[in-house]
Amino acid sequence: MEVKQRPKNFTFYRRKTTNVVMLSVSFISAILTIMPLILVFYYTIAKGMTYLNINFFTKLPTPVDVPGGGMVNAIVGTLILIGIGGAIGIPIGIFAGTYLAEFGKNRFAYVVRFLSDVLSGVPSIVVGIVAWTLVVVPMHGFSALAGGIALAILMIPTITRTTEEMIKLVPDSYREAGLALGIPRWKTTLRIVLKTASKGIATGVLLGLARAAGETAPLLFTALGNRFWSTNIFQPIASLTVYIYEYAKSPFKSWNDQAWTAALVLIILISLLSLIFRFITRSKYKNQA
Amino acid sequence: MAMFKRSDTDVNGAETLVNVQDFLRKKKEGKKNSFLKKLLKNKNLGDVFFERLTLLFAVLVFLLVILMVWEMYSNSLISIKKIGWHFLIGQTWDPVLRQIFGALPAIYGTLLSSFLALLIAVPLGISVAVFLSELSPGWLEKPLSFLTELLAGIPSVIYGLWGIFVLVPWLQQTVEPFLQNEFPNSPFFQGAPYGYGMLAAALILSIMVLPIIASISRDVLRSVPSTQREAAYALGATRWEVTKIVLGNAKTGLLGAVMLGLGRAIGETMAVTMVIGNRPDISASLFSPAYTMASVLANEFTEATSNLYLGALIELGLVLFIITIIINIMARLLVWGVERRWK
Repeated sequence: MEVKQRPKNFTFYRRKTTNVVMLSVSFISAILTIMPLILVFYYTIAKGMTYLNINFFTKLPTPVDVPGGGMVNAIVGTLILIGIGGAIGIPIGIFAGTYLAEFGKNRFAYVVRFLSDVLSGVPSIVVGIVAWTLVVVPMHGFSALAGGIALAILMIPTITRTTEEMIKLVPDSYREAGLALGIPRWKTTLRIVLKTASKGIATGVLLGLARAAGETAPLLFTALGNRFWSTNIFQPIASLTVYIYEYAKSPFKSWNDQAWTAALVLIILISLLSLIFRFITRSKYKNQA
Repeated sequence: MAMFKRSDTDVNGAETLVNVQDFLRKKKEGKKNSFLKKLLKNKNLGDVFFERLTLLFAVLVFLLVILMVWEMYSNSLISIKKIGWHFLIGQTWDPVLRQIFGALPAIYGTLLSSFLALLIAVPLGISVAVFLSELSPGWLEKPLSFLTELLAGIPSVIYGLWGIFVLVPWLQQTVEPFLQNEFPNSPFFQGAPYGYGMLAAALILSIMVLPIIASISRDVLRSVPSTQREAAYALGATRWEVTKIVLGNAKTGLLGAVMLGLGRAIGETMAVTMVIGNRPDISASLFSPAYTMASVLANEFTEATSNLYLGALIELGLVLFIITIIINIMARLLVWGVERRWK
């Protein structure tokens, strides 16, 4: 059989060039991907600074062009909403995740795993509609509770799947050691396995909470929004994200600027959440050691 | 079931038969009995209780999804019955004056904006994934991955805000006039350059979908065993040629990553609503304002004046729900398939 010989040098250089070109393309696209992040952060910080003062954290919103207004109700509202969401979503997520990891070698667990993955892909606005039909309609009114439930539904899949993955990372020898000491299985799971996985689970919880704090769509027709001070969970409640949406759409310059400030505060809030969680999980570990 | 399994491995045929009969008899005795037996066998109430408790929460997750589908369906029955198939093919959305509910413009807007977003995000996202998993030096890889994930964590309403005040003016003053000058006859660049419209929505969406596609593709590429790479290097392949082989191996998983991105794009609400212009028209021009299913819901849900209108909106939500579920199921199957293959 005759093998056709191509000019070696040409092929060599062609391959070399393709190599360099394609690798540079890949590098450039990595930079292009980071660009929007830098741009969004730059504008949020640059434009958000205008109204970032003590009033923003202590005063209620004022009418257009009345200076000195803030968004204290929205900041507290967002915290209340993710509080309700967390109170409902975290236990469901952690226990369901524990089931999947510890007892999940059957067909039902497979289905639950699958459904929770599906649930994580459901558009948040659809979750808003479901919370509306389930809570707002029977209770005859928009409420913080409805918003919190919508956020809980959004958190559940994230927390469930992270918990499962994290528990699965705990080596079997830990469980065996617990059982060998005569500790019942449930105690082993709760006190040894879950504790070992707690850092990873906390990360999942944090991810869920952070995602919930940034949600707008499911709040539009559940928590609605409120221009006044309210901490009643059966009343409509303000949130930073809904304020950003409404102020951004408004034709008034001062409200537009406040939307940027609200965005900055929201980003700070989400980062703080992450810092606090990291701190908690770290100190826990120090105590143990 | 446990009895049955143990007897399966038994060599003694007769004993197996006895065990099977025993198993069937026990099965007949019913669930309550077996639960009691379990209690007696384990002698630890806590264990049984704990398993049941966690099972309860797993069932809750299961029921939640079923409940969601049921709620959407039962609440949109009124419009499903009254409007029928016209809902999906009707081109007029005039809910207040004429009470005509044709969702086609919104469905078209959703699909087109997502498709355009993928057109931009897929090549970029996969190149980034290649960079992160195959090329990047260790010190660069971690911060880059972190930044990509940060990008995914920015709330969508902030992207929308940025879209309104930065992207839209830029499109209106620079990009759209430029495109119109360069391609005066192209049907895609007709009409007044508002800034708000399909182009803005597609760009914002591509930014939002990019980190998802990039990070999942990166995981998929990493799950390709390194023996594949080593074999290619051993044959004298260049780095890019090795990457091509890795990409070929990860094809299905990458398709899954793209589908997950598509699922996100289709359901994305806030950022799109803020920049797409919200007009229920079907137009080939990328400059003209359009509408998506999610933005119809965001804009009109609290303003629905009649029960039929409300039902139609919930039906729209149901259509959106079904589309995303189908896409997500396909994506999961693809990604799972790849990960299992290499395990």
